[in-house]
Amino acid sequence: MIEGLAAIYIFMLAGFTGYEIISKVPVILHTPLMSGSNFVHGIVLVGAMFALGIAETTTQQIIGFIAVLLGAGNAVGGYVVTERMLEMFNPSKKKTSGEES
Amino acid sequence: MDMIIQASYLIAAVLFILGLKQMSSPVTARRGILWAGAGMVLATLVTFMTPEVIDSAQASTNIMLIIVAIAIGGGYAWYSGRKVAMTDMPQMIAMYNGMGGGAAAAIAAVELLKASSEAAVDPSGATTIASVLGTDVAILAILGAVIGTISFSGSIIAWAKLDGRLSLSRILPKQHLVNAVLAIATVGFAIAIYFSADINTIIIFFVLALILGVFITVPVGGADMPVIISLFNALTGLAVGFEGYVLGNAAMIIAGIVVGSAGSLLTQLMAKAMNRSVFNVFFAGVGTDAAAPAGDGIEGVMKEIQAQDAGILMAFASQVIIIPGYGMAVAQAQHKIWELTQILNEKGVSVKFAIHPVAGRMPGHMNVLLAEAGVPYDKIYDMDDVNADFKNTTVALVIGANDVVNPSAKNDSSSPLYGMPILNAFEAENVIVIKRGRGTGFSGVENPLFFADNTKMLFGDGQKAASELIQAVKEL
Repeated sequence: MIEGLAAIYIFMLAGFTGYEIISKVPVILHTPLMSGSNFVHGIVLVGAMFALGIAETTTQQIIGFIAVLLGAGNAVGGYVVTERMLEMFNPSKKKTSGEES
Repeated sequence: MDMIIQASYLIAAVLFILGLKQMSSPVTARRGILWAGAGMVLATLVTFMTPEVIDSAQASTNIMLIIVAIAIGGGYAWYSGRKVAMTDMPQMIAMYNGMGGGAAAAIAAVELLKASSEAAVDPSGATTIASVLGTDVAILAILGAVIGTISFSGSIIAWAKLDGRLSLSRILPKQHLVNAVLAIATVGFAIAIYFSADINTIIIFFVLALILGVFITVPVGGADMPVIISLFNALTGLAVGFEGYVLGNAAMIIAGIVVGSAGSLLTQLMAKAMNRSVFNVFFAGVGTDAAAPAGDGIEGVMKEIQAQDAGILMAFASQVIIIPGYGMAVAQAQHKIWELTQILNEKGVSVKFAIHPVAGRMPGHMNVLLAEAGVPYDKIYDMDDVNADFKNTTVALVIGANDVVNPSAKNDSSSPLYGMPILNAFEAENVIVIKRGRGTGFSGVENPLFFADNTKMLFGDGQKAASELIQAVKEL
């Protein structure tokens, strides 16, 4: 379990990491990257699975079921559209000269 | 076992960060999504082995339900994600993002309901959500619930608006005032949950947050949608991070907060590119209620040109700059435009593509659409790199773009677009605009460029017009 100060450290460092990643991205990748980060928060699926996994009452099972359904949609959908977009950025093609954001 | 699970979550989190990092360069971007995907699969698989899940009273039923839910949700998303056209990507992202927000809110709902029923039977007198869950967990669970729910209903509205299923710009009179009251009420109920364990309070709270999400998104103008989607993306990340803390799941915390901060920065970058503040986006939609009537205050007439003449003009030009907009993509004209470019190149004409930061519906959307048509990167120029070139350009070909070449953003302080950086197409010797009709752009603002002396309009469907241009140039 992660508690107290340790949690604050994690929150803070994760915040800086996210900031760092985006600050150096060329404009052409903004849409794929937004889609990619949309996929990454699909990790909510894991929490939804946990919530449904330990559900005890029918109500909890119903809400948990919805959570897993939505979480899976986020993760799978996010992956598919990101992958499709990035497929078009063929690495063998030359990188353009001026694309600083 | 617990050790292995925790370690796997950590590896997943690292894979997400490295994946996102690789996605920030075109060369490694494809590998990035594969890494992140591997992290997701790993995290999902080990969750099936969590002791709490295996040892739960209804383990077999619950695991069954999990598999069915993943099959339905994942299957639907797989199908829709494969099928969707590249032009419709923004609303698809909004939809999947909304699902994530909804999942985070549902997790919070399960936790709050569980705490509520525990509080009801607690003999020790611990009768509030706060005392059952602990201060920190209770606060973050409730915060995650608010944010996730708003992101859920708001994203669904954003999807519906972009998909053309909803064109409403307001539900009630004094919408902003209603929203403010609603927001205060939602916060009030959120605080009430913390200090009580009443199940009805929890239900009303979720209903209020759902309505709030709808109400704040409805007035947002179409052109501002990318900012909203990006903002909801960041909010979902935050909600996921908070619920991760509630569940004690390191992967959720790290991934959620990384997305939360990355998304916030991305939102700011987008808003800046459109010369809008995030505050403005919410409280004053461009072209929602006060769209200028067509032709208002603009002198002159639009001059038409035939494809034949436009073709000649371009074939004998020294330099042509093509300014594609969302309209080109809707007409599926990008392949034809690329063909036209190649033919012009053969005739010794230099051709560049000029991309406005918000061309398409999101930053970078147009680059994706052009990449789909096979246009190489080195022909595509950012606004700042190409704007000085318009002076030496024989023909600026505007296809399906409107607001991003509107000179009133530069010289008319009364225009709603005033201050937005634009592509200086008006400086070119000739401007040819391919346009379906005489209407205004996405923002609903009239464009004086179309009435300028050096501008000629080529009316018609983008794809058909492009074919005619190809024909005209070929025949020379």
